[in-house]
Amino acid sequence: MKSPMSATPGKPRLTTSAMIASIAAEGQKTKPAPFGNALVELARSRPEVVGLTADLGKYTDLHIFARAFPDRYYQMGMAEQLLYGAASGMAAEGFMPFATTYAVFASRRAYDFIHQTIAEEDRNVKIVCALPGLTSGYGPSHQAAEDLALFRAMPNMTVIDPCDAHEIEQIVPAIAAHHGPVYMRLLRGQVPLVLDEYNYQFQLGKASLLRDGREVLIISSGIMTMRALEAAKELAGDSVDAAVLHVPTIKPLDHEAILREAGKPGRLVVVAENHTIIGGLGEAVAALLMRSGVHATFRQIALPDEFLAAGALPTLHDRYGISTAEVTRQIKGWLR
Amino acid sequence: MSTNTLVNAPTLAQRARNIRRNALRMGEVQGQGYIAQALDISDVLAVAYFHAMRYRPEEPTWEDRDRFLLSNGHYAIALYAALIEAGIIPEAELETYGFDESRLPMSGMASYTPGMEMSGGSLGLGLSIAVGMGLGLKRKGSKSRVFTLFSDGELDEGSKWEAMMSAAHHKLDNLIAIIDVNNQQADGPSKQMMGFEPLVDKLEAFGWFVRRVDGNDLGAVLAAFDAAISHSEPQPRVIVADTLMGKGVPFLERREKNHFIRVEPHEWQLALAELDAGDRS
Repeated sequence: MKSPMSATPGKPRLTTSAMIASIAAEGQKTKPAPFGNALVELARSRPEVVGLTADLGKYTDLHIFARAFPDRYYQMGMAEQLLYGAASGMAAEGFMPFATTYAVFASRRAYDFIHQTIAEEDRNVKIVCALPGLTSGYGPSHQAAEDLALFRAMPNMTVIDPCDAHEIEQIVPAIAAHHGPVYMRLLRGQVPLVLDEYNYQFQLGKASLLRDGREVLIISSGIMTMRALEAAKELAGDSVDAAVLHVPTIKPLDHEAILREAGKPGRLVVVAENHTIIGGLGEAVAALLMRSGVHATFRQIALPDEFLAAGALPTLHDRYGISTAEVTRQIKGWLR
Repeated sequence: MSTNTLVNAPTLAQRARNIRRNALRMGEVQGQGYIAQALDISDVLAVAYFHAMRYRPEEPTWEDRDRFLLSNGHYAIALYAALIEAGIIPEAELETYGFDESRLPMSGMASYTPGMEMSGGSLGLGLSIAVGMGLGLKRKGSKSRVFTLFSDGELDEGSKWEAMMSAAHHKLDNLIAIIDVNNQQADGPSKQMMGFEPLVDKLEAFGWFVRRVDGNDLGAVLAAFDAAISHSEPQPRVIVADTLMGKGVPFLERREKNHFIRVEPHEWQLALAELDAGDRS
């Protein structure tokens, strides 16, 4: 049984975060529907691009593509096995399907269909999935804590965990230029805008050092890069110098950049991910360092190996240690 | 059918017999296999490959070919037998069936074999792929059709029914499914595992054009394919073929538990002899 979360006296009681809740903090700079808009832009010059969804067009920003190209949009109904089998069939006929649903349904319900009809046949299907990791307060039915582990384990699959709107806009043409199956975690709706201030350019398979620092190296992906950058600013206020290496491509992993940064002596290495502690970026980095003989003090910030609670996202991110405040607090504790 | 029709081309009955012979010879190479299914579906494959489908043996990926998706990957031995008869796979490769490095693995895989359009094995995949191919062909303005074969046991898989609803919803008149009702799956008779009758009523209620025939009566199978192809309503088509496991080889027709058959070395010649005897009678 889950322990009840008691309301802290004096704090406003937060309600369960809606499935379409934005992960943006109040007052944060955002951009609307970066995936949907980038896909429309791509599709103008790539007639082979088609969009498929399983009753979640509006909730994956694919409705924007549907409005622009109604005859290239295929509603497959609430049937995820069909969605990915049909996407494979369309790819076999030379099209480039972007097939969207929630991350839980692609990774858990349709896994065998993706494994056999897409990955095994190396079909050019882009699997784009909303609500990655803990970005829904709806409970385990909609919290895709294991998606990266599952798709990392699948041969032929490229796996991407973007940080913000700026990056998503760049990823869409980049994965279209790559022939083969791709799993991309999606942030939809009002998506935070963070990396525009870092002169950032996404490159498939490449990690990017967003800031340097002497005491801590945070290796992160997805929204945890946003959190890591915020934490690094807070740590700087306490005279702790933190570097942030953003690793949006979980597979294939940028071995060279990770070994180069983690191999610099004297830094605490922290991997931060919006994913269960099992089988995601953290364990991928740990295994790489071990195999390569790089010895570092190593810590993970990740979701626990348990079914997560329902509730408000800010509460849950604090509870499971992936909020900015908790990232900062944990790193300070490890440095003590 | 292949574009170079010959006046003295073999009859469909001869084609079906040759497909059965090819399958038995591959079975002999391994000493075991899904032989009973290959024998039951040979008449359907003969009509598909030598009457209904357009393809070029020398160009298996010809853009204007009809697609054939083998959903029940364990029927690969049957499809290889048909592809050999069709000239898509050289007959000499028959000897490699199921051996390391062969292009003819026991379960059908798209990347191994010319003419194999999907990787089966995990049952229930084919019709979903067929829906996507059907949509894709329409999008391209292609006149090609998608044929897909699956077995009655696959009807247990929910994904089949997702795809059936979708094919009708999208009015895929370029899709022709074939269901092999041989009433045998891994654990026993299909109807005892999960009842699927009344199948014609179910399929019609799902919006499909349905023909149910004795799948070992070549004339009836031919008529069903013709009806499915010439049907003019904008809906997907399905041929339900009731077949007899081991058809054409009496001692295999009679054998119980014939989902996966082991045949003693001396029995293969007997099987071929029975097949030939039946053909002469």
